[in-house]
Amino acid sequence: MKALVWHGTNDVRVEKVPDPQILNPRDAIIKVTSTAICGSDLHLLDGFIPTMKSGDILGHEFMGEVVEVGKASHKLKVGDRVVVPFTIACGSCFYCQRELWSLCDNSNPNAKMVEALYGYSGSALFGYSHMYGGYAGGQAQYARVPYADVGPMKVPDHLADEQVLFLTDIFPTGYMAAENCNIQPGDIVAVWGCGPVGQMAIASALMLGAEKVLAIDCVPARMRMAAQLGAVETINFEEEDVFDRLKQLTAGRGPDSCIEAVGLEAHGSTLDAYYDRAKTATFLATDRPTALRQAIHACRKGGTVSIPGVYGGFLDKMPIGAAFGKGLTFKMGQTHVMKYLRPLLDRIEAGQIDPSFVITHRLPIDEAAEAYKLFRDSKDECIKVVLKPH
Amino acid sequence: MEHVMEHPERWAAALGGAALVVLGAKKLSDERHPLGALLATTGAGLILRSTRSDTRARLSGRRGTIVEESAAINRSPADLYEFWRTLDLLPLVMPELHSVEQVGHRRSHWIAKGPARWPIEWYADIINDIPNEMIAWRTIEGSQVACAGSVHFEPGLPGRGTTVHIKLQYDPPAGKVGSAVAWLFGDEPSQVIREGLRRFKQLMETGEIPTTDGQPRGK
Repeated sequence: MKALVWHGTNDVRVEKVPDPQILNPRDAIIKVTSTAICGSDLHLLDGFIPTMKSGDILGHEFMGEVVEVGKASHKLKVGDRVVVPFTIACGSCFYCQRELWSLCDNSNPNAKMVEALYGYSGSALFGYSHMYGGYAGGQAQYARVPYADVGPMKVPDHLADEQVLFLTDIFPTGYMAAENCNIQPGDIVAVWGCGPVGQMAIASALMLGAEKVLAIDCVPARMRMAAQLGAVETINFEEEDVFDRLKQLTAGRGPDSCIEAVGLEAHGSTLDAYYDRAKTATFLATDRPTALRQAIHACRKGGTVSIPGVYGGFLDKMPIGAAFGKGLTFKMGQTHVMKYLRPLLDRIEAGQIDPSFVITHRLPIDEAAEAYKLFRDSKDECIKVVLKPH
Repeated sequence: MEHVMEHPERWAAALGGAALVVLGAKKLSDERHPLGALLATTGAGLILRSTRSDTRARLSGRRGTIVEESAAINRSPADLYEFWRTLDLLPLVMPELHSVEQVGHRRSHWIAKGPARWPIEWYADIINDIPNEMIAWRTIEGSQVACAGSVHFEPGLPGRGTTVHIKLQYDPPAGKVGSAVAWLFGDEPSQVIREGLRRFKQLMETGEIPTTDGQPRGK
């Protein structure tokens, strides 16, 4: 089959690889009909994620048709059309049973790597380094899905791939970020980053009753897209003082909740490596104050800072004093995708949202390597790429 | 010493030692020693002091290497105990174990794959067995490997799973066999046992052990 393969920093290629096979009794094999490139895939392209190996197949946003099921996989049938969550969860551990799916105890064969860094390991992810399990990803013609009786959800035929594809990651991720804000009537929510997750967070905050969303970015196409979502005001951080502007727009009080959909990848396997990355991040911050620090600074007293943006290591110069002094609440983490699949599918079916609005580019998988660079460099007003593997 | 993590097969063979608990379990359940539970709960060292063998002498006090690890597993004590009692299932969490053979009333013969597939073998006896609660064992007098241990299954509050405690004490001899045993356990025997417990938990909670061996890769 064809697959998008990582070979090193700035080196991804589409090549022929063997087809996947059932390896465990609860596996299924999916013929991928649509797959997307995620913003977090760009960190792989840029070489920021440790424990990648040359030859790894990328991709964690994918859907398709079941073509084979393992002998203990009783939920799916050959021919079912499913979306596949990017987090891999067993369904029976302490965490899965509490709907904390992205914290699954059992799915990561390399959990000891994460334990060395974080104390305990969360769930495995598709196509996202060996530290996160080393599972081959879905930017391919076929993919093996472990615990296929837990994660994948059947989707109705009358919805197109593009309407349901983002249930695999960015829609639940943006939605959980907004849900974590515990939005009350009259709330104003600020969102840092108008990439695909930021767009979903903005749309979700409005669905959950935010009176107004203040969207912060510097890329005109992204800001235009955000502005079309409803009661949204955009702030260009290159042209305006974000703190002052937010204060003005919130009667001097600050946003009730701040969603940080940018993230900061500070990675490495040793303390020295982390320190070096942190210095790099600090250097960037002199140019563009990092989103998280800004969010903490701007948030109103007693407010919530919700972080869907991905963090990997240590953070330098965290304004914990401001967070403490204002009694802030922090909510963060990988998305518990399985918890949101059904309710968000219902919202799509009810016509409350069509997540396909973020798609700007549709390309065959043969052009996937070029698509990564298009996306990373925001060329051609690229916001979201969907790949067609067949 | 080499690093454990570079030789994941080590823990598996090492856990073979821990798994000696299952030896002769059924037969022993009929001849339970009244002191058994107390001895077992106070650990491998005490178990050893209560017995007469050169294993006892070699592991007396806190001699040798002592490892204690725990894991919460989302199954009943009875299910977990049953797995440990069933010898032929153990290679599922110990793929580097070569063979386990029942050779007597409460005795079994274990062969693990050592470095360069050089076999390490030992005989062991179950010395205590309380169904659904605990099993304890030690290698027999004259074994090349002096090893003793216990496993306890402690029920938790509803929804909290069963706490599995493993205690293991071993004393590899000098010479060729000793270096083979040291190789099995590596620098960090705790990590070796922890990985074994993890696979046990994965298998008991999900019915399989997660793997990516055999999946496609690029060139």
